[in-house]
Amino acid sequence: MKATVESKTFNDFSKNQHQEMSSTDVIHILDNIINEYSGTEGALIPVLQSAQNMLGYLPKYVMIHISERLGIPYSEVTGVVSFYSYFSTIPRGRHVIRVCLGTACYVRGGKEVLEALEKELSIRVGETTEDRQFSLEIGRCFGACGLAPVVMVGDDVHQRVKPAKIKELLKQYEGAGNE
Amino acid sequence: MPEIIMNGMKLNPADNTTILDAARAAGIKIPTLCFLEGKTPLGACRVCIVEIEGSQALSASCCTPVRQGMVIHTNSLRVRNARRMIVELLLSEHEGDCQYCDRSEDCELKKLANELGIRAPKYTGEKTGSKIDDTTPAIIRDSGKCIKCRRCVTVCNAVQNVGAIFPQGRGFETTISPAFAAGLDSVACVQCGQCTAVCPVGAIIERDHTKGVWAALDDPKKHVVVQTAPAIRASLGEAFDLPPGTLVTGRMVTALRHMGFDAIFDTNFTADLTIIEEGNELLKRLKTVLVDGGEAALPQFTSCSPGWIKFAEYFYPEFLPNISTCKSPQQMFGALAKTYYAEKKGINPEDVIVVSVMPCTAKKYECQREEMYDSGYQDVDYVLTTRELGRMIKQAGLNFIELPESEMDAPLGMSSGAADIFANTGGVMEAALRTVYEVVTGRPLPMENLHVTPLTTLEGVKTASLKIEGAVPDWSFLEGVEVRVAVAHGLDNASRLLETIKDGKENFHFVEVMTCPGGCIGGGGQPRYTTDEIRKARIEAIFKEDEGKALRKSHDNPAIIQIYEEFLGQPLGEKSHHLLHTCYQKREKVLQ
Ligand code: SF4
Ligand code: SF4
Ligand code: SF4
Ligand code: FES
Repeated sequence: MKATVESKTFNDFSKNQHQEMSSTDVIHILDNIINEYSGTEGALIPVLQSAQNMLGYLPKYVMIHISERLGIPYSEVTGVVSFYSYFSTIPRGRHVIRVCLGTACYVRGGKEVLEALEKELSIRVGETTEDRQFSLEIGRCFGACGLAPVVMVGDDVHQRVKPAKIKELLKQYEGAGNE
Repeated sequence: MPEIIMNGMKLNPADNTTILDAARAAGIKIPTLCFLEGKTPLGACRVCIVEIEGSQALSASCCTPVRQGMVIHTNSLRVRNARRMIVELLLSEHEGDCQYCDRSEDCELKKLANELGIRAPKYTGEKTGSKIDDTTPAIIRDSGKCIKCRRCVTVCNAVQNVGAIFPQGRGFETTISPAFAAGLDSVACVQCGQCTAVCPVGAIIERDHTKGVWAALDDPKKHVVVQTAPAIRASLGEAFDLPPGTLVTGRMVTALRHMGFDAIFDTNFTADLTIIEEGNELLKRLKTVLVDGGEAALPQFTSCSPGWIKFAEYFYPEFLPNISTCKSPQQMFGALAKTYYAEKKGINPEDVIVVSVMPCTAKKYECQREEMYDSGYQDVDYVLTTRELGRMIKQAGLNFIELPESEMDAPLGMSSGAADIFANTGGVMEAALRTVYEVVTGRPLPMENLHVTPLTTLEGVKTASLKIEGAVPDWSFLEGVEVRVAVAHGLDNASRLLETIKDGKENFHFVEVMTCPGGCIGGGGQPRYTTDEIRKARIEAIFKEDEGKALRKSHDNPAIIQIYEEFLGQPLGEKSHHLLHTCYQKREKVLQ
């Protein structure tokens, strides 16, 4: 059962782009962004945000480049990145699985679903499988409480998910391209 | 001038002072942990809290300015209880056993807990866990002991402009560390050890070399020689509670003899040698540019401070050709001890162990650089900080204060006053001018007591100029030239100076850079805690040592004349080139 919610988020959209973007391209775009901020105080956070929006995460070479160009020590850049949970330094998998743990989903077995996913994928929340196929995250309420527990895979909403059906659910995505 | 009442006393502190400053000026002690002299207070630790009448909460005195009419209690029962609770909370997260700790002797947290009468753990909270970072040659970090006061962050960023450490993460998980809590080797740390000099606890310390030195001293096959840096004689006394600025040269030599060193030598000797080599290098560069119309990088920068070298390799690689190729005095000494001295003594250099006593942690890093094996062996084997030597003297069971004085050994223990002042900011420059001016004009430096007074202050960047008049025929091309020099200490000051040179705003012929504030007397390996007042006392002591010497100029040192005759030949000659000079390499700031 598939239901598409809204449009693609900007993040997912640009993540797709990233897969074709070379690091030279990334640096080029980044430099343009940094130039816009040149001379302004407090440029670090907006520049990091733009970089993350573009790539979905902050790779090391991007943080080093930002540190160099803004003249801010690398340790300070990573200090800021690690302070805000908004920033991520880990590339996410092809499919991002979000398990809702809102009240309704939680009560109706969301936690068990999450545990089953962790077990099946051999990763923990916030991690990505070694083959970079799946990332596992906890989601905010998706507004489908009537059909809890809800799991989103990319933009697909799966409702009334049962721990026993996890394997089957994942099968649809294994080896599949970016939806 | 506002009028305030502190602990019942009427005080008139100056405008814009903080409560802490006002208290200190009045002889009232308020404990502090995160506060750092001369730097913007963070207000992070809150042990400096005081009670201000009419205000509900207690205030952090380090960042609260005095206001007219304030009635302040710095030590009421309420203050003491709150302060005790803060320290008890710090201790509940603290992972360390004082009796095994490097800082057991001078730990500020331990002292504070003791003074506040804390006798048992009050809170048993979750500890952050201890992670040891021993990835660099000079500095060891133990995250379990860190109380997150951030003094090291302030020093590394604001004083040294390096920025190797910064808070990482958030909340309870925060660590004060290099990027992503990795090792110091993953970022651009210059190993200066200023963090170890300001850390109130045992969370950042120098790598221990005392055990290696004791083992060498115990080995009958080894011929163990020691060199002491100029700055040690003016600060070692503080390890034995002598007042800052007490000269202890003679007692230090006696102590080293008791400890079993086979020969007691002086880094001063190679400081004099540095002046000859570096002075000639400067004159050669000037001649190349002014006479031969060739190219040579000017200004020439001094090279004795290994933290500065590493800093330039990371942050200013464009200036590497400007840095004198002279090794630091420590490394010149090591290379000569295992060649010239070993030969003279008929000892197999393999059996010679060279120990340095340095005010510096970066020297621990420097001695293991790949360029520092020119004798065929590691030129310098062990580097002790002033603090480590102090500890070893105690371990040797010596009553340092009561020791008689004795003299260093010849020939590598002989030096001029010019070598002593290498310890002070501006000192290398003054020593160089004493020699260069005299070589060029045949007359002594025309300054009172041979001191270049504008360069001796604690000002961050200092400049001076000197017109050459009456040059001798060999150097006639310098006639009428205004020699411009600059001096910077502390790498943030150095960066400012480098930027003005880079922008072409200023031009100099010769520039001295010292990594540490005040020069070596304020080094990262010196007894804690070094304030400006203590810097001044040490600087004065060094000038006293210099002025007390029969010889004040490096080129007058007979042992230097002798080593050129017997061994080195010419300054900048073949042997010098091989043993006394080096090269530098551009470095990536972040380990990929
Ligand atoms: S840091 Fe201080 S309090 Fe902690 S173990 Fe060391 S001496 Fe004790
Ligand atoms: S040794 Fe110097 S550069 Fe390295 S972390 Fe400490 S203060 Fe910073
Ligand atoms: S390492 Fe030392 S100076 Fe740095 S934050 Fe921790 S306790 Fe403070
Ligand atoms: S010393 Fe005032 S808050 Fe730390």
